[in-house]
Amino acid sequence: MYQYDEFDQRLVNERVEQFRDQVRRFLDGQIGEEEFKQLRLRNGLYMQRHAHMLRVAIPYGLFTSRQLRMMAYIARTYDRGYGHFTTRQNIQYNWPELRDVPDILADLASVQMHAIQTSGNAVRNITSDHFAGVAADELEDPRPYCEILRQWSTLHPEFSWLPRKFKIAVSAASSDRTASLLHDIGLQIVDNDAGERGFRVLVGGGMGRTPVIGKLIREFLPRVHLLSYVEAILRIYNLLGRRDNIHKARIKILVNQLGIDRFRELVEEEWLRIRDGALTLEEQEIERIRAHFNPPEYVSVDGEDPIFKQQLHTNPFFATWYKQNTRAHKVNGYRIVIVSLKAPGVPPGDINAEEMDALADLADRFSFGQIRATHDQNLVLADVREADIFALWLDLSRNRLATPNVGTLNDMICCPGLDFCSLANAGSIPIAKQINEKFDTLDYLYDIGEIQLKMSGCMNACGHHHVGHIGILGVEKRGEEWYQLTLGGSAGHDAALGERLGAAIEKERVADVIGEILGVYLERREEGERFIDTYRRVGLAPFKERVYANNSKPDDSDRRVAAVA
Amino acid sequence: MRIIRNRTIQTDEWRLSPDLSGNPETDAIASPLIVSLTRLLEDAETLFDRNADIGVLLKPEDDLSEIEPYLSRLALVAIEFPQFNEGRGYSQARLLRNRYGFKGELRAVGDVSRDKLAFLERCGFNAYVLRPGESLEAALAGFSEISLCYQPAEDAGDTVLALRRRRVS
Repeated sequence: MYQYDEFDQRLVNERVEQFRDQVRRFLDGQIGEEEFKQLRLRNGLYMQRHAHMLRVAIPYGLFTSRQLRMMAYIARTYDRGYGHFTTRQNIQYNWPELRDVPDILADLASVQMHAIQTSGNAVRNITSDHFAGVAADELEDPRPYCEILRQWSTLHPEFSWLPRKFKIAVSAASSDRTASLLHDIGLQIVDNDAGERGFRVLVGGGMGRTPVIGKLIREFLPRVHLLSYVEAILRIYNLLGRRDNIHKARIKILVNQLGIDRFRELVEEEWLRIRDGALTLEEQEIERIRAHFNPPEYVSVDGEDPIFKQQLHTNPFFATWYKQNTRAHKVNGYRIVIVSLKAPGVPPGDINAEEMDALADLADRFSFGQIRATHDQNLVLADVREADIFALWLDLSRNRLATPNVGTLNDMICCPGLDFCSLANAGSIPIAKQINEKFDTLDYLYDIGEIQLKMSGCMNACGHHHVGHIGILGVEKRGEEWYQLTLGGSAGHDAALGERLGAAIEKERVADVIGEILGVYLERREEGERFIDTYRRVGLAPFKERVYANNSKPDDSDRRVAAVA
Repeated sequence: MRIIRNRTIQTDEWRLSPDLSGNPETDAIASPLIVSLTRLLEDAETLFDRNADIGVLLKPEDDLSEIEPYLSRLALVAIEFPQFNEGRGYSQARLLRNRYGFKGELRAVGDVSRDKLAFLERCGFNAYVLRPGESLEAALAGFSEISLCYQPAEDAGDTVLALRRRRVS
């Protein structure tokens, strides 16, 4: 894992003191409200429905037990005893007081963390594969490149006032777990025909109210040119992106407006000019960063552990959790363990301070002291020996962290919604609860199998509803909360945007309608088909018929909803 | 008027005459003059015949290639930031320094305040007209709050990478 040197540390420390002074000047009336808003946003601080919200960066989702203990300390000391993991591998706190924020940032800096550019119209946290370094299907660990991008983008003087926020994801695996096609820039690590390592570069993907799948701008970018190419893209965007309308300001709109070919021409013209300049990455620097991500010292294991086999055989609860919440590790004798943050009755992604401390201890005992945050709002202990898994499961269970529902309907992505967010039109957490309560039988969930339910409380799509196998979008109609469903979305290499099922449905019916949709799947599925496979084969019609056949409450305002959704 | 130039507070000798027709009274004085891009394009030869320096004021949407032919004769380029969150000027400045090799004074005008100065300087600006009401003395602190930078830009300072290399060697 990357360790700050004296320079990284000094920069973060100075940023804390700079913000402390800005807060002081704001409270003294020397900085106006609107201007302070822009300054605080670039330090991760939002003003939400009820209070401030502080979003803390977790670069590419990787953190240590020590950092997790600090997250717990902050939750306990400055907040209401919990934190919320987001879809961009960050953690956010919902109740900090403005006057405490400089101290929170100083505490974070003491464990090499910060909240720089987790908000505002700048380059945001660089995200990556939560199985990086341990997945068998990756070409190489993508995180060194993420760290290189993190440093390049941090306090970038030219790109701190972009037309709109800017998100970059890096993926190196054949199975894309980063949603790289749905980022402003998606970087896929590939080899070209000559066997050289580089990036396939996608641009202009994104969700929000205008969801777009990223377009290919460059088939192969040699890795030494990573920064110059990304800088060229950002420069063209900064100069030409729309600034007159916040809803048309993302790079995807510019790319669509110019056309990908024209946009590529402009980028390549600028890139040729700066390509061999100071941004060129030296092999030595890549290696220096990469050394921080060397694999831990795995113990070599011969054959199967008989005790472990016995535990699996004799304890069905353990076996169920093992099947559902662990994944293959590239090293023999190890497993990747996913810690579900989707316990029934708890908002998806939430974890309290006691659980954080417990998990930090477990990471130390069983997984080299490291934890990862996933973009679907769970946590991962990536390097657990098979021989330790039973003991880990027992302790996770004691701490409410062993809900065996990863990949199921209840493992949903969910934004904070109307309960916290000032942008939301409708609640998402109450719908998550409603769904959890209706589908509370594990056998039913396992029968449904792998399915991705994603839910946003407004069209800004923080809950990624466009790319859920089932997507739920909260809309407001006549002062009431209604929900628009989409089916067939996907965030992987086969990225697709969901199709609208039909008119929005009322709040009380959401879980029932999901039940009807799943009913169609169970009837129509063929051997081995997941929900998404069946959907792709049979299309929207049978689902639509079932859901709207009995709809006794036709919805006259649907056209208006369609227009905004 | 006082401005910040090269991190010091100085009295400004430039006059602003952005109107297309010019201002006969102002223009008659043989002092350096800043004109709009439109006026420069219309009236370049007359302007350069004056016995004083000429500068141009760029708006965020202005195309830099239009002033390229005149850059060698321009002593100053002013870039306007009409709003606090306007960001195009940062790229315009870098292009002027880096692509077009402009060596004269690069001046930020408009909604310019202390919390902007460090990034503006890194993008190649060396002069700043602060918005009304800002203390120039206090603003000088804005240059040095963050003493390090990761990425190369248009300033002369070392990047973190350069500092690391030096430490190793």
